[in-house]
Amino acid sequence: MNAFSTMVLAADVPYTDGGMLAQMAWLIPVVPLVAMFAIVFFGKRLPYRGWELAVFSMGFVAAYGIVLFVANAASGIVYEGAIEVATIGSFTIEWGWVVDGLSIMMYTVVGVVGLLVFIYAKGYMADEVRYTWFFASFTLFGGAMLVLVSAANMIQLIVGWELVGVASYLLIGHYWEDHENNAAAIKAFITNKVADVGLVIGVIIIGVTVGSFRFDDVLAAVANGDSALAQVAFWGGLALFIGAMGKSAQFPLHVWLPDAMAGPTPVSALMHAATMVTAGVYLLGRMFPFYQSEMFGADVKTIIIVIGALTLLLTGLIALVQTDIKKVLAYSTLSQLGYMVVAMGAGAYTAGLFHLFTHAFFKALLFLGAGAVIHAVHSNEMTDMGGLRKYMPGTYKTFLIGSLALAGIFPLAGFWSKDEILASIQYDATSGTGGTLASFVLVVAIVGAFITAFYMARTVYLTFFGEYKGHGHPHDPKPVMLYPLYALAFFAVVAGFVNMPGIFTGFTDWVGTRMFAAGDHHAESLNLVVAVIGLAAAGAGIALGTRLWRGDAATQEERDRFRIAGLYPLLERKYFIDDLYLGGVVGPIKGPVARFVDWTNTYVIDSVVNGVAAVSMTLGRFVYGGLDQRGIDLAANAIAGGASEAGEALRYTTTGKVQQYVGAVFLGAIVLVVGFLIVT
Amino acid sequence: MIVNQFLVLAAALFSLGVYGVMVRRNAVLVLLSVELMLAAVNINLVAFGAHLQDTLVSGQVFALFVLAVAAAEVGVGLAIIVLIFRNRQSANVDELDLMRW
Repeated sequence: MNAFSTMVLAADVPYTDGGMLAQMAWLIPVVPLVAMFAIVFFGKRLPYRGWELAVFSMGFVAAYGIVLFVANAASGIVYEGAIEVATIGSFTIEWGWVVDGLSIMMYTVVGVVGLLVFIYAKGYMADEVRYTWFFASFTLFGGAMLVLVSAANMIQLIVGWELVGVASYLLIGHYWEDHENNAAAIKAFITNKVADVGLVIGVIIIGVTVGSFRFDDVLAAVANGDSALAQVAFWGGLALFIGAMGKSAQFPLHVWLPDAMAGPTPVSALMHAATMVTAGVYLLGRMFPFYQSEMFGADVKTIIIVIGALTLLLTGLIALVQTDIKKVLAYSTLSQLGYMVVAMGAGAYTAGLFHLFTHAFFKALLFLGAGAVIHAVHSNEMTDMGGLRKYMPGTYKTFLIGSLALAGIFPLAGFWSKDEILASIQYDATSGTGGTLASFVLVVAIVGAFITAFYMARTVYLTFFGEYKGHGHPHDPKPVMLYPLYALAFFAVVAGFVNMPGIFTGFTDWVGTRMFAAGDHHAESLNLVVAVIGLAAAGAGIALGTRLWRGDAATQEERDRFRIAGLYPLLERKYFIDDLYLGGVVGPIKGPVARFVDWTNTYVIDSVVNGVAAVSMTLGRFVYGGLDQRGIDLAANAIAGGASEAGEALRYTTTGKVQQYVGAVFLGAIVLVVGFLIVT
Repeated sequence: MIVNQFLVLAAALFSLGVYGVMVRRNAVLVLLSVELMLAAVNINLVAFGAHLQDTLVSGQVFALFVLAVAAAEVGVGLAIIVLIFRNRQSANVDELDLMRW
């Protein structure tokens, strides 16, 4: 009933190198990047204005990913290709591509979710500004994520990591005409940059200590118990985790993700499902044995599980009070990312990645559904919605499936992955190294499951039940937007079946290739007690949500303003963290630093500039007045005047009389002859 | 053979030509005076040619060239003078100050 097994080095398991299929996998990140350039240069001249190139590149990735996925399921693939780019001292910088369970899972998720979102975006973005530009950035977003995922070394990981950041900046700020959207893009970028400092420091600490930036070599050093690495492992691991906290928006660096809603909805869908936020979890997965081994990052594990638990609970609570449908989903993503990080902290590699896998499908589905609703009612606010069940049946059904999957209702995808996480924490508390802390986190995670179900029930009821409160006549979107919803709804139902402990353990085997999974605890059978408790928590959340928000429109809104003194304002103000950053970080920088810069500018730089200007002006006056006007001009005028006067004087010699000229010539001849005679 | 007499003759003829060019008012006579100067040159050429007994007889040949050029000059010059006379009813060189400033 509580059977867990710990995966040791997987080297003894037979795996193939994947042959040609894996060798050509470098195309996966390259095709979208090439497509991005093609869209930038030729996009506007194409019949669909660049969209076809974007969809082609994502379709290629999806197809390649699925082929690899199937091949990996048949017989595991482990392959690493690399070309040398540069040598710096004793370090070799390589461009590599990893083809193993972990990266194949990510290729598939990015490809399939990306393809569906790209198709959907054709309808969603149809009348928007900078259509071609949008698809260029969007393709870059996908390509950058694939660079990150395919990275065999930490240098390439950073390249992909930063490209993802740039693409997200471009996309969040897509409607840059509004200052707020700009601010959101900058906020996302800066917050990520703060975290990236951690990433870079971690990479330097670990890479320099090991003498190689390859994940392979680092993990081999961990497996061999490298004592030099062990000494710096805590700080290196912590710095890497700070980097992961930024991309995966963990508390307290989560502030950028809800603001990132400023971008078009397809961007939110892709960002929250397949790219960007999964990068941090992916990095934790890549470095998993590092955090799992005693003497190395095992101490960081405690920090990871605490941060994850804080994120999943606190952000889930904020989702309860949001009125913007996209923001509810954004806080929900934060909460689910908390689950993934908790799983990593609890030593459950499979569980964390499994939740990443299933979450990608139903969260993309929910965002695209929300996009369809927003497209129909022209508002993000749930107070402008209500009763859409009748007008948008297709959207309603798929959104409901996504919500139930997210809430973790049996047998949808979210149930399997959330249950696996709960079971893993429970195992960590009883048999692992987690102890009392893990027991506490387990309670938090179950409360989180309750909250998830609670706010999703609220969202569904406020949006699709009651009376319609907006303007205009909403209806289901065009097929180009509706069919991706159906496809994602299908995945939201079936994605969980790839890992049913005790029945089918495919996912565990697929992502558990080679040493990356060493130390993973994965459930071998369904933990019935935990599953029932988790399901009961979700059911209770839905029941309470139904009790509160099911009903007619008038009282629905009234009940939405339920207030618990002290708690509600705290949630509405997001625990004052944004205010803390504004007042505690941005304010002081803006205040004294800005004043100092202003003072320096006014008194130091300006006086230097003014001094230089004054000297230049004096010099200029001297050159103009003294040198040019009095010296050069005088000489020029004198020469010209002299020539003119000489001409005046001489003109009287030209009488026009031929005989005078002859006389002059003759006289001249005589002078010449006489002179000649005198000289000789 | 003594060239002195020829040279004196040529110098006298040349001076006469110069005098004629400078004092004569009629353009036709100015032209004639120029011919006199050219004739003086021819005398010099032939005299020196004969004196030096040059096998190429270049003096005599140059004298022939000068004759030909002089004939052409008179042809063109007379035509110009006739034209000027037709336009102005006069061939007085004092009145011909077209080249004046």
